[in-house]
Amino acid sequence: MKILEYLKYLLIGTAFGFILVKSEVVSWFRIQEMFRFDSIHMYGIIGLAVVVGIISVQIIKKNNIKDTKGNPITIPPKDASQWKRYIIGGSMFGLGWALLGACPGPMFALLGSGITVMIIPILSAIVGTYVYGMLRDSLPH
Amino acid sequence: MDLLTQPMPWYIAGPIIGLTVPILLILGGKMFGVSANLRHACAACNFGNVEFFNYDWKEAGWWNITFLVGSVLGGFLGGYVFANPEPIDLAASTVTDLQALGINDFNGLVPTDLISWEALETPTGLIVLVLGGFLVGFGARYAGGCTSGHAISGLSDLQLASLMAVIGFFIGGLLMTYLIYPIIL
Repeated sequence: MKILEYLKYLLIGTAFGFILVKSEVVSWFRIQEMFRFDSIHMYGIIGLAVVVGIISVQIIKKNNIKDTKGNPITIPPKDASQWKRYIIGGSMFGLGWALLGACPGPMFALLGSGITVMIIPILSAIVGTYVYGMLRDSLPH
Repeated sequence: MDLLTQPMPWYIAGPIIGLTVPILLILGGKMFGVSANLRHACAACNFGNVEFFNYDWKEAGWWNITFLVGSVLGGFLGGYVFANPEPIDLAASTVTDLQALGINDFNGLVPTDLISWEALETPTGLIVLVLGGFLVGFGARYAGGCTSGHAISGLSDLQLASLMAVIGFFIGGLLMTYLIYPIIL
């Protein structure tokens, strides 16, 4: 049933958006607090999320756990030799993250929370993605 | 009811957000990453026929777009239906620093001085909302992922590339916080 598949991802996304708001990860104030190293809040959230993620991925890999359809779980490796794209692109992302106080997930969760003006940065982010796609071949990677 | 409106401590939220990675891997073989949806949006309206956006976005992105619709719904539940009426319990030093920069309203999730329809008519608000969004979109795709794709998923898989991207996120974030924001505010 395709509809159940959609429902599954809708529910996981709903839980994700709810927790992003409840933990205040979506807050411009919390992002400022993080970049000023004034609180453990954001570091604790990202740090514990990564710890749980690492343990889970290790368990999945060690035991060759299959997904619910029976397919082997594979995680495509990222090419670390393209260090320029990660440092330059990452820095551009960081400038935007601190300026707007929201990364992509929180932009959409904030829109849902009634901060309707978030549609402007969302559209800008789509334009930014499109401009990257146009310039991609002339950028260092 | 109180339980639903009060903020969630970091030590509870962190592990639950981390569980998104194995849940998506096991329930669908999917790798968690939000900014891919911005690319799907470009692919859906690729009027300029840019090669980077020539792929079957419905096939590749239907699950992630559905996840994103869920995130909007979750934001509505967490930030509107069960909104926390109290201001965020920020570190006192952050409040002092931000007050010195001219931020006065600490109610709600975001400062209305910068993020509101009224702020969009001011030069600073325009920079925050339009340039901020642009940099997030451009930078995420250039770096091949955002906070979820690199800082959560990529680091969970111990990918060196993601560690470099996260270092980049902090280079940019610290530059904005300590050098650029004091100029534009």
